Amino acid sequence: MAQKQTAKKRPKLAVWKFSSCDGCQLSLLDCEDELLAVADAVDIAYFLEATRKQAKGPFDVSLVEGSITTPEDAERIHQVRRSSRFLVTIGACATAGGIQALRNFSDVKEFTSVVYARPDYVSTLATSTPIAHHVPVDFELYGCPINKAQLLEVIGAMLVGRKPDTPAHSVCVECKLAGHACVMVSHGTPCLGPVTHAGCGAICPGFDRGCYGCFGPMESPNTAALAAQWRDLGASSRDLQRVFHTFNAWATPFRRQGELDAAQND
Amino acid sequence: MPRKTIKVQALARVEGEGGLYLRINNETVQDARLEIFEPPRFFEAFLRGRDFTETPDIVARICGICPVAYQMSGVHALENTCGVKIDGPIRDLRRMLYCGEWIESNVLHVYMLHAPDFLGYPSAIELAKDHPGVVEKGLALKKAGNDLIEVIGGRAIHPINIKVGGFHKSPSKQKLRALLDDMKRARDIAVETVAWAASLDMPDYEREYEFVALRHDSEYPMNEGRIVSSAGMDIAVPDYEKHFEEIHVPHSTALHSTIKGRGSYLVGPLARFNLNRDKLSPLAAEAARSAGYDRPCRNPFASIVVRSIEVVEACDEAIRLIEDYSPPDAPAVQVEPKAATGFGATEAPRGLLYHSYRLAADGTIEMARIIPPTSQNQPSIEQDLQEVAQRSLNMNEDALTHLCEQTIRNYDPCISCATHFLKLNIERT
Repeated sequence: MAQKQTAKKRPKLAVWKFSSCDGCQLSLLDCEDELLAVADAVDIAYFLEATRKQAKGPFDVSLVEGSITTPEDAERIHQVRRSSRFLVTIGACATAGGIQALRNFSDVKEFTSVVYARPDYVSTLATSTPIAHHVPVDFELYGCPINKAQLLEVIGAMLVGRKPDTPAHSVCVECKLAGHACVMVSHGTPCLGPVTHAGCGAICPGFDRGCYGCFGPMESPNTAALAAQWRDLGASSRDLQRVFHTFNAWATPFRRQGELDAAQND
Repeated sequence: MPRKTIKVQALARVEGEGGLYLRINNETVQDARLEIFEPPRFFEAFLRGRDFTETPDIVARICGICPVAYQMSGVHALENTCGVKIDGPIRDLRRMLYCGEWIESNVLHVYMLHAPDFLGYPSAIELAKDHPGVVEKGLALKKAGNDLIEVIGGRAIHPINIKVGGFHKSPSKQKLRALLDDMKRARDIAVETVAWAASLDMPDYEREYEFVALRHDSEYPMNEGRIVSSAGMDIAVPDYEKHFEEIHVPHSTALHSTIKGRGSYLVGPLARFNLNRDKLSPLAAEAARSAGYDRPCRNPFASIVVRSIEVVEACDEAIRLIEDYSPPDAPAVQVEPKAATGFGATEAPRGLLYHSYRLAADGTIEMARIIPPTSQNQPSIEQDLQEVAQRSLNMNEDALTHLCEQTIRNYDPCISCATHFLKLNIERT
């Protein structure tokens, strides 16, 4: 009986999947040292990748992975919103449409015919859009994939009702904190770090390569100035268009900069 | 038995979104389907027009559970296109990286997705309440795999350090050697895991499959080998499309891979083990033998044991490679693009993963073709479903439904991967 009461008091966590690679929800199962403690603190009430148990809502916190790409999912996200007190999007797909948003710049019918022999069977929308285009979102966690320490911070913060402490600055700050030499300055490697949201821990510069923007744009990024720097280092318009249009192509600052670069003739 | 239909709308403990559908009429299972409703993401379409050097970062995003597999098949196919072959420490680093993914992915399945079926729990989290020691061991083992991927690849999910020709930066000897103690502990846990998995109560079910896997002269196959089968196939990777085809089954909306003129086949741990048992390390072979797995295994439910044996192999191999490692002179070989078509196949945790690319002279991708293991296994999964259900019609509906779910989970299907290439089950009316 006592156990039952404790179980009842624990906040209910749900994990939902839309169009995605499963990597962000896997981040929760990749918290090998913390998973059992999390499962103690919250009732994992709906998490299809991990459990057959499917409790009914309402849920205190819903983590939503993936973007909206089908008519069915455009409906389903409203049900998720209605059953959730806090809705947190996790990852580039859910916050910016993901790599599958590259269809937004193309003819999806043509895409379908390239991949599928019978395109008439494929039910898909012409666009891949972030969750916030469809329903109000309480918090967005960036990254392709998300950082698992940030995920634990967000779950913890939501449970006690405070704002998650996730930095809003660029990867450059993390890079300095990690003590890496600037790859652009020291060996002329183009890097998206100055315009990219922090959170990864500046992994790429630590491995002698430029950031490729998988955490999406930071707040008010100066993409035009960075694009000019890239050109000085020898990047072509095509290089710039492609690097802005990859994992967060539909995030407005990256979308616009990529379109500006695409419109330029070298 | 009257006419009835069994449906599971959303399968749990698989990667991605799928359901199962069974139609039973007069004591006969008339239709058994693994249904896929994961939305398509069109990777093969948007790879066209990208630069070939972007491939490892892009194809990783097909699957969060096995990104290394996509990166490895991708770089090998592109190096084949450009006429480059990688050897020495870069080749060894790639094998170490793959060991990390085999450990992480196989252990995720063994402990968190598959074991709860055998022990009667809805998830590993509930299992941990009664058997905390079991789940803690699994988590420690999984972590050892992820740590190895992080040191070589930069992070466990969507590693950033992989490029055509090698790596952006090679890890230092010290960083890799620092993993040795944990990896040795992981290897001990892996050996215990084999014995534990073999002790689980297993449905007595066997079927004659045609097993398909890579085979290499001197090692358990990961990045390199010929494609061989238990029915005598022995072909080079570039000949894959001459021997395999994707056919469209009218009442199922999935593209099913088959061997031309023969039909369904099976890829993954069972196939690798049955075709390459003689290449296991002495420790992995001994773990298999003591668990009673010293001959080919045709029971898909026993894949939990075979996955565990492969974890011993991967830990043992990682330890050997780390102990022998000295960094390469340069982290990557320079690869110049060529106007040509190339092919690559590696052993993803779930089985053979085939990539083919056609490049323009400037390195722009003109065509990409990717055939993941789950779409190759789909016809076998459905045949298992049909036979398992047919033999178990006397069960009550809950038990039968659970057994059918387990039959699908035996394959560790990765529906997120498969879907870029599978037909959807949504038929327009």
